[in-house]
Amino acid sequence: MAGLRDIRRRIRSIKSTAQITKAMQMVAAAKMRKAQQAALAGRPYARAMNRMLAELLPTVTDFTHPLMEERPGGRRCVLLVSTDKGLCGALNSTLFREAIKFDPRETVFVAAGRKAAQFLARARRTLLAEFSYKDHPQFAEARAISRFLQEGFLKGEFHRVDVLFMNFVSTLIQRPEVLPLLPLREIRGVSSEPEGAELGTELLKGATEFLFEPGPERVLGALLPHYINFRIYQVLLEAKASEHSARMVAMKNATENANQLVKDLTLQYNKLRQAGITKELLEIATAQMAMS
Amino acid sequence: MANTLRLTIVTPEAEVFSGEVDMVTLPGVDGELGVFPMHTPLMTQIEPGELVLRRGTEETHMAVGEGFAEITGDHVTIITDMAIEADSIDEAAVEEARRRAEARLAEKLSAEDAALVQATLARATAQLKVKRARKR
Repeated sequence: MAGLRDIRRRIRSIKSTAQITKAMQMVAAAKMRKAQQAALAGRPYARAMNRMLAELLPTVTDFTHPLMEERPGGRRCVLLVSTDKGLCGALNSTLFREAIKFDPRETVFVAAGRKAAQFLARARRTLLAEFSYKDHPQFAEARAISRFLQEGFLKGEFHRVDVLFMNFVSTLIQRPEVLPLLPLREIRGVSSEPEGAELGTELLKGATEFLFEPGPERVLGALLPHYINFRIYQVLLEAKASEHSARMVAMKNATENANQLVKDLTLQYNKLRQAGITKELLEIATAQMAMS
Repeated sequence: MANTLRLTIVTPEAEVFSGEVDMVTLPGVDGELGVFPMHTPLMTQIEPGELVLRRGTEETHMAVGEGFAEITGDHVTIITDMAIEADSIDEAAVEEARRRAEARLAEKLSAEDAALVQATLARATAQLKVKRARKR
């Protein structure tokens, strides 16, 4: 019975696929918890720094830092933060759908994560540099990306920098988000919380003059690059949390689908087997009747 | 205006402290800085060292790393890469970390790594200073 053997083979192969996806689901679940914790733990710091700068920058009128300078026209640089590996559901395709919307003639890209680099090459976009980051993003990795972007910005290679990444909202929801990074003008939070509302009530609205110690050049000169570094670091954390959450959910679905398939195929297999046996019995009975 | 300060200390890992205090002393880059309520708005950079906060008669000593402090009348917000209360500093472990950092400094390092090790060293030194000062 060729049909029977085919079905048996399919059942076996689907079962082993289910085993793999189940294992990946477990691994992703464990990593997800860690990544989510890291992303959530970084938020108070990011929030405090956002508030600080949001209060500070409007009061600084007699001094501008090069990182704050707005220059009209020119190219735009987008830092695209993706995953290194696939098998995480629609995460990357959702992200790339946003990325494709940028005008290729005016936009250059910097990739973080292998999938982003592959996508940009495939889509024939200008790729300036590719960075990688580990499963537990290190601050040093964020600093490397940040330094590249700041240098390019200061040299005038591009006149604004945005970050496109998957923002972590919850285990089930990750949203693509464009975050303006340079020039430093408006200060917005790297998280899904209604940052604007909170900022509005607590802000001093530039009513006070700040004293700087030691001097605005030194303080802003240290604070602004640090702010950019940390922002990118937080983006990496959020992207990692999104990746592991998406993978966990995708693998859970895959396992469930595989199990359902196995169930259906087993039913079909048993039906066929039963039909075979019945047919054989019938043949024997007929033969006996003919003999006697 | 309130006569207490609302102090918030955050590190990249967590919000370490949030509450009302009567006074706080910060290790500014230009020297120690005492902040009372109604302080004039000030933005400053802090360096690894000792932070003291006073509530009533009770004083808490903390070791802090590099960072920034923003003072606005009745709010003090400190963002730093480290903040540990004196009581929870593990002296032996920190001494060990400091020795390791010093040993690594003796090797040849890239500028990036050297800066990292220097920062670790400064943090460890600050912790030790705070811990030992409290003992005496």
